Amino acid sequence: MAIEFIDIVETSLAGLGTGSLMALTGVAFVIIYKATKVINLAIGEMLMIGAFVFYGFSAGLALPIWASVPATLVVAALIGGVIERTMIRPLLKDNPVSVFMVTIGLTSVLIGVVELVWSAEPRRLPEFLPQQPVLLGDAFIPSKTAYSFLIASAVMAVLITVFAFWRGGIALRATATDRAAASSVGIDVPGVFSFSWMLAATVAALAGILVGSVGGISSAMGLFGLSVFVVVIVGGLDSILGALIAGLFIGWLEAMVGRFLGGEFKLLATFSILLIVLVVRPYGLFGTHEIERL
Amino acid sequence: MRVATAKESYAADQGLFKTDTQKVWFGLLLAALVLFPLHGSNYWMFLAVLVMINIISTTGLNILTGYTGQVSLGHAAFMAVGAYTVAFFDGRFDTPVLLNLVLAGAVAAFIGYLVGLPSLRIKGLYLAIATLAASVILGFIFLNWTPVTGGLRGLNVPTATIAGIELATPDRLYWLVMPITVIMVLAAKNLFRTRVGRAFIAIRDRDISAEIIGISLLKYKLTSFAISSFYAGVAGGLWAYLFRVVTPESFPALASIFFLAAVIVGGAGTIIGGIFGAVFMTLIPEFLKLAATAVVPWFPDAPIYLAPVRAIIFGLLIIGFLIFEPMGLAEMWRRTRRYFALWPFRT
Repeated sequence: MAIEFIDIVETSLAGLGTGSLMALTGVAFVIIYKATKVINLAIGEMLMIGAFVFYGFSAGLALPIWASVPATLVVAALIGGVIERTMIRPLLKDNPVSVFMVTIGLTSVLIGVVELVWSAEPRRLPEFLPQQPVLLGDAFIPSKTAYSFLIASAVMAVLITVFAFWRGGIALRATATDRAAASSVGIDVPGVFSFSWMLAATVAALAGILVGSVGGISSAMGLFGLSVFVVVIVGGLDSILGALIAGLFIGWLEAMVGRFLGGEFKLLATFSILLIVLVVRPYGLFGTHEIERL
Repeated sequence: MRVATAKESYAADQGLFKTDTQKVWFGLLLAALVLFPLHGSNYWMFLAVLVMINIISTTGLNILTGYTGQVSLGHAAFMAVGAYTVAFFDGRFDTPVLLNLVLAGAVAAFIGYLVGLPSLRIKGLYLAIATLAASVILGFIFLNWTPVTGGLRGLNVPTATIAGIELATPDRLYWLVMPITVIMVLAAKNLFRTRVGRAFIAIRDRDISAEIIGISLLKYKLTSFAISSFYAGVAGGLWAYLFRVVTPESFPALASIFFLAAVIVGGAGTIIGGIFGAVFMTLIPEFLKLAATAVVPWFPDAPIYLAPVRAIIFGLLIIGFLIFEPMGLAEMWRRTRRYFALWPFRT
């Protein structure tokens, strides 16, 4: 089989499109991890519930797109806040494995809620992105992939700027570095915890809307989170830049492997990369190496 | 009222059963296990066998996660290794049942040993994800190594036959599964009276300190992985004899989470906790099914909503236990025992 150059380019671009959504979800994960040191296994399901809430507003209540997106984001923020207050905060002093298990339980609850309200059938989101395919040179890119890539990039650019300059972003980074010190200079640490979960839920919901508009929504779309998990581990759990680079890389790799070796090799390839990275650099490519003392 | 449990030797204090009361209760439990099939219907026998298989597997994961502190999200994959081993040897070479089960345990233990290799460099949640990665790769092998695993269609498992008697139905299989369960649970209990078991606990409590006092982390972490996988392999082998077919979908990643949840709900780091957890997690779905059929006269749609409601209750149970009773059912059991031991004094 001769592999044509244009084929490689198109596959790469499509892969980068998916990769940008993985990176966006990865950033949501990293925000939570940085602030609360919680490994949130339910990030894929938070993305899913965002997509379904959007479906409820745009298809169920037939709201126009400019109203249903903000409404979805507000609802997602509320869900994130409620999760943090009821399930995460009581356990923050316990060992990380229990909190991790709580997020596994949360996975099951969110899937159950979605199936109870919307049933387990896959659905399509209403079309809202422009339909015209995008041509980059000779390469043909499906419009949804191109526009979701642009939106994801814009959101990530905004997030990175915000964390670098805005007071809330600095408070979050201070809390991530040292909770006690942040508290003693007057940062409202519990407030930062709540805020990080709300923000992450919002970002995840946005990613969910984009993922859903490309591939449709179903109660199983939380599996997307599995790839995101690989992304954040490869990038380093507490590095936004790492999530970004690893997201694009894993998305590209999955597309290439899926196109040229076959779909069943996708998970094998990503998880092999994961194992290699874990063995060579246990804290990911850009993660902070924790020092252990007795 | 029990006044005291004074012991005259260390051996007595370390005994498997510390009081005569415990011996009596254990005898009663054994009698109940022997007499249970007299009463049980086929459905209850099936449940009993399934519960016991899950007890073996949960006890195995408890050795690794509860006692050694290595969180694993790949336990179900080791069960699958055991199930495939049994299906392969019994189907291909018609080897004796007990040999197959030992082989299932041994092969799973070897794979578990390999999966445990990264545990020296990575720990905690990174290790959990590494085991998840290992289980994905194992799943890929089950699906694509068609000559041995039968690919997508999987393998059929012959009826377990011991001394010419076919153990085709759950009530016969019970006599194979029940003794194995009792032996393996007692063996696990015994393990923590030995040097190896104490080393596991030391590693869980503080691995760096354990290394300083001369415990070889590499050796004992890998031993823990191997023993835990051995349990999973035997449980998987018995599972294959119960369901008689093994496919790549038999042990999804969700099943690993099921066993981790059983360990936590039951009480990590106690043998009785593993038993409680397995019984509880296996029977809860059955009770929900019963409840759903019971409310049908009032809510005709109840069975449709059964699956999502089950998922929600499953999740809420895990969350609830972690928030309100982090030590699990074993802690409730301990409190109950304490109450009766100290009666009439308040605790």
